[in-house]
Amino acid sequence: MATVSDHMTPGIGQVAVDAPLTAADGTPLRKKLAQANRRARLRATLLVAPLLLFVLITFIVPIGQMLVRSFHEPTFSEVLPRTTEALKQWDGADLPDEAVFAAFADDLKDAKENRTIGQVATRVNYAYAGSRSAFTSAARKSTGFEAPYKEALIAADDVWGERDLWAVMKRASKSYTPEFYLAAVDRTTDVDGNIVMVDDFRQIYVKILLRTLYLAGVITGLCLLLGYPVAFLLASLPTRTSNLLMILVLLPFWTSLLVRTTAWIALLQSQGIINDVLVAMWLIDDDSRLQMIYNQTGTIIAMTHILLPFSILPLFSVMKTIPPTYMRAARSLGATPWTAFWKIYVPQTVPGIAAGVLLVFILAVGYYITPALVGGQDGQLISNFIALHMQKTLNWSMAAALGGILLATIMVLYWLFNKIVGIDRLKLG
Amino acid sequence: MTVKMVSFNLRGVMNEGNATRRESPDGHVRFVDVQKSYDGETLVVKNLNLDIARGEFLTMLGPSGSGKTTCLMMLAGFETATHGDILLDGKPINNVPPHKRGIGMVFQNYALFPHMTVAENLAFPLQVRKLGKADVEAKVKRALEMVELPQMGARRPAQLSGGQQQRVAVARALVFEPDLVLMDEPLGALDKQLREQMQYEIKHIHENLGVTVVYVTHDQAEALTMSDRIAVFNDGIIQQLSTPDVLYEKPENSFVAQFIGENNRLNGKVTAVSDGDCRVVLEDGREVNALSVNVGGAGSQTTLSIRPERIEIDPASTLPNMLDGKIAELIYLGDHVRTRLEVAGHDDFVVKLPNTQSRRPLHDGQPVKVGWRTEDCRALDPFGG
Ligand SMILES: Nc1ncnc2c1ncn2[C@@H]1O[C@H](COP(=O)(O)OP(=O)(O)O)[C@@H](O)[C@H]1O
Ligand SMILES: [Mg+2]
Repeated sequence: MATVSDHMTPGIGQVAVDAPLTAADGTPLRKKLAQANRRARLRATLLVAPLLLFVLITFIVPIGQMLVRSFHEPTFSEVLPRTTEALKQWDGADLPDEAVFAAFADDLKDAKENRTIGQVATRVNYAYAGSRSAFTSAARKSTGFEAPYKEALIAADDVWGERDLWAVMKRASKSYTPEFYLAAVDRTTDVDGNIVMVDDFRQIYVKILLRTLYLAGVITGLCLLLGYPVAFLLASLPTRTSNLLMILVLLPFWTSLLVRTTAWIALLQSQGIINDVLVAMWLIDDDSRLQMIYNQTGTIIAMTHILLPFSILPLFSVMKTIPPTYMRAARSLGATPWTAFWKIYVPQTVPGIAAGVLLVFILAVGYYITPALVGGQDGQLISNFIALHMQKTLNWSMAAALGGILLATIMVLYWLFNKIVGIDRLKLG
Repeated sequence: MTVKMVSFNLRGVMNEGNATRRESPDGHVRFVDVQKSYDGETLVVKNLNLDIARGEFLTMLGPSGSGKTTCLMMLAGFETATHGDILLDGKPINNVPPHKRGIGMVFQNYALFPHMTVAENLAFPLQVRKLGKADVEAKVKRALEMVELPQMGARRPAQLSGGQQQRVAVARALVFEPDLVLMDEPLGALDKQLREQMQYEIKHIHENLGVTVVYVTHDQAEALTMSDRIAVFNDGIIQQLSTPDVLYEKPENSFVAQFIGENNRLNGKVTAVSDGDCRVVLEDGREVNALSVNVGGAGSQTTLSIRPERIEIDPASTLPNMLDGKIAELIYLGDHVRTRLEVAGHDDFVVKLPNTQSRRPLHDGQPVKVGWRTEDCRALDPFGG
């Protein structure tokens, strides 16, 4: 191969050979470039590695784990491995045979020793209410059981003679289960494995999810409606004044969320300031004070206030970049102030509107403290139920399934949003 | 590049109309005793009186901060006059909102709507006037043809070059057929070559359409090229309002003389005034004759203004004013040689020598005589004071 560096003093004619271009040291240029780029890429990767690790450990791994937990629940098969194995043979038609009961009695002894029976009892109790005590007492008595175990167990508690309980146990013995997702949309599998609605009085989650989306929508709309004029004012005032007003907008960020929520309680409750003033002004009767808190109204008012800055800031940052000459140009072309605003100004703020809407909506959908404090019964959002399962019922898989549905809902909305507005037009600041 | 005058004959005012227009100007725009202050302390525009004839191309020329944009904004309706009246077709428009004034405007950075295509930008003024769809399309098409961008209708402004954006801005200001178009430094963002080309194009569009144009610039060459008349602004006051040739050849004060074209200044004191002429004693004691244009009586300070091309070096015949000088620098510029001399204590005295066959060789440091005619030397108010 004739390369430039083969010749000590290449003439012009020699350069023009159709060999690939080479760097000064003779390596082909393309290869050299790749080398140089690789080194730069490696350096860049090393620089971001700590952050990457941090995000991975604190964000992606926990979320992944949570999502896995929502459909993977191995308690039963871990605590009662022999029963799990034996139940695989059972066809579910009638009561299981002696082999299953024997395996179960064996497992119970181990579970008693390891004090793990409570976990299984809780797990089965989700699907077969009232079975908890049967497990714990059977475990307590397990050392006394003699063959035939079937009779012994049924003698200890009638419930072991119920086919349905064994059907539930067979389902619980499978580590991978759609059960929690079904429960999160108010459905369950009956003992024969068909998907059915849960009882009417237990159908809450779909309602809560729809209510969450509805309230988040209302709050987002209110934030946009209230935030747009404020952002417009901030963007059109001289910098000194607008900076001052900006502090007022940001002030809520610097006060504790609890303080702000409590302030709303003081204002809105039935013995609160607003009701007092209205009564004092004879606008309402003392015994028909307005109920503005501990219901949806309370949630809407308090959350709109708290999330307002998140719609103002992206709007402001977009409006700041729109020079006033556009409006002037529109006016000089014959547009009324309203037309100029609507046709020329507003379309240019779409990236800000989009960012504000997305931000407020996503925050609102997952909001927890404020609805918990001022939401009352019908102002609770889905996060409150996730918290309930995390803290009270300790049904973490259920919490994970609700969380998973929330995540999926947001992803779908995000996708829709991207279809309609285009995520690349988003401008956060 | 020539501008197509085909099919954009808006209201039949063509070139032949120009001649009659100039002879019998009917006032289109009038500023009457207009003052403007933004802060209540200083006047940005001081007592402006200006008549602009229908179909005229009037340029407001002046340094930055002299109040030109403010005048234009008052005319467009985006600023209110603090005092005085602005009349359009004889009617005061102080209380008419901008969108009812029917004035086309080209902004310095074009202000093309970024979220609309070029065609939508052009259609906007027609749509707000509720024109029919077919009408709008036809007018947009003609306007694009007028500025020679017939293929660009579907593009966004950001996809156009600076020159193309400029043309779209001009087309948009004209598409709704206003009789008055304002342009605020429309060519300021273009490079020199494009700017010169656009100057001619705008000039031709003006001639073809017969609209009145009020044009703002700080570039004196641009003003001289394009305008019927130029109002030279400084410090919120019109210093002189004339045609380009008069402005260049007969400046009435030293600001205008200095701002327009190149100018040699000599400071001195008037010793005698007689009959249109005056005698002036220069700082180094030499005495010269000058045309008395803007001086007080004997004893007052004055600045003499002489154009570089009106000065002769070592003149063949004796001229009324002859001074000794020394060549400080010679710069060869092709068509002429720019010669800097030391004369009467100034070392920035410039003479332009045409590059003709008879040009004698000169060299740095050579002592020469410089001379000029009395009528080419104008005695004006003292510069800078
Ligand atoms: N909106 C405004 N508020 C306050 N002062 C202004 C405003 N616009 C212009 N000025 C002042 O008025 C003077 C004239 O400005 P302008 O009319 O823009 O001059 P020009 O266009 O000749 O450069 C300047 O001193 C400028 O600082
Ligand atoms: Mg200006």
